[in-house]
Amino acid sequence: MSEKTYYDLIILGAGPAGMTAAVYAARKQIDALVISENVGGQTTWSAEIENHLGFRLITGPELVAKFEDHVSKFNVPRVFSKVIRLTRPGHTFSIETEDGRTFAARAVIVATGKSPRLLNVPGEKQYMGRGVTYCATCDGPLFAGKNVLVAGGGNSGLDAVVQLMKICPKVYLVERESELRADAVMIERARKAPNVEILTDTAVVEIAGDAFVNAVTVRNLKGGEMRRLEVEGVFVEIGLVPNSDFVKGMLRLNPIGEIPVDCASRTGIPGLYAAGDVTDVPDKQIIIAAGDGAKAALGAYSYIVRLPAGDDWHRTPA
Amino acid sequence: MMAETSTKRVTIYSTPTCPYCRQAKDYLTQKGISFTELNVAADMEARNAMVQKSGQLGVPVIEIDGQVVVGFNRGKLDELLK
Repeated sequence: MSEKTYYDLIILGAGPAGMTAAVYAARKQIDALVISENVGGQTTWSAEIENHLGFRLITGPELVAKFEDHVSKFNVPRVFSKVIRLTRPGHTFSIETEDGRTFAARAVIVATGKSPRLLNVPGEKQYMGRGVTYCATCDGPLFAGKNVLVAGGGNSGLDAVVQLMKICPKVYLVERESELRADAVMIERARKAPNVEILTDTAVVEIAGDAFVNAVTVRNLKGGEMRRLEVEGVFVEIGLVPNSDFVKGMLRLNPIGEIPVDCASRTGIPGLYAAGDVTDVPDKQIIIAAGDGAKAALGAYSYIVRLPAGDDWHRTPA
Repeated sequence: MMAETSTKRVTIYSTPTCPYCRQAKDYLTQKGISFTELNVAADMEARNAMVQKSGQLGVPVIEIDGQVVVGFNRGKLDELLK
């Protein structure tokens, strides 16, 4: 079966923005495809959501399951892979995926969201999944009975500490700044726990081990002294970065790597829209991302229907 | 097609709190594929087996007829379930 590789619209990402765009595209009967690495994006890891209209309380995974169910009703084709490059060689966009495929589209919506920020220290990549993890909710229970380190003194870092201090003999919390930035109630819980040691003004400098992690070296940023902590788990909770690397050649990003958009989700390149947390929209919320996804899809629709008929695009599917 | 896929032996190593494990299980269920679930948070033997098979300590790990997929990777799952 030869796979269709060119579409009027390709939506990149399947979080709230991408999935909403898919529903709007389907209802406008746009010839659309969704390419995504996973489904739900950050919503998948959200514990309890209490500010999405229509749901007094819903968990992230439950909301994502509802999104999936809704989108599946429209039979929008889906491809599961990571996008590695977006270019516009001629009149159409070209999209390359990690699994080696190339797709072409007349319009594109970038809704790829954000991913966990890496520490960028020696040993981190080597030990990913071998003691280094970015999802305390997923992998926390696997470290029961082991000493662990949490990097990041914000709310997600403290969430991890409070979860781990119940099952681990020792939990180190490492924060670069002088103060923790989490909610006071969480900080107090961590401070009161006898097995939690909080190291502020401290940076992780190296992750070491054999087959799995067995130690982390940290450095005090004020005094400069180094310390080797014997831990088998490293939980990295230092924020998020936009998944925008693949558009760098086409668009000027803001200083934190987000895609600047106007009030109609346009990027400045005709036919290229962006929505959700990958953009510079000031507030990152599920319902805002969904709304932006709708705006982007409606914008893409208006763009596509106004394109001159009879262009040669069907003959050049990248 | 369903009948063919149901002959594969599928095991999922998961923790009760992991959202991707849940998505993976929902996905398999939707496709009509039966699977064995092992809770590696509680079952040490299963955890050791998972580490030995996947060379890593992260969930979910899905084993399809002896082939191991780390994480909920639909592309790979679809390929192995063909």
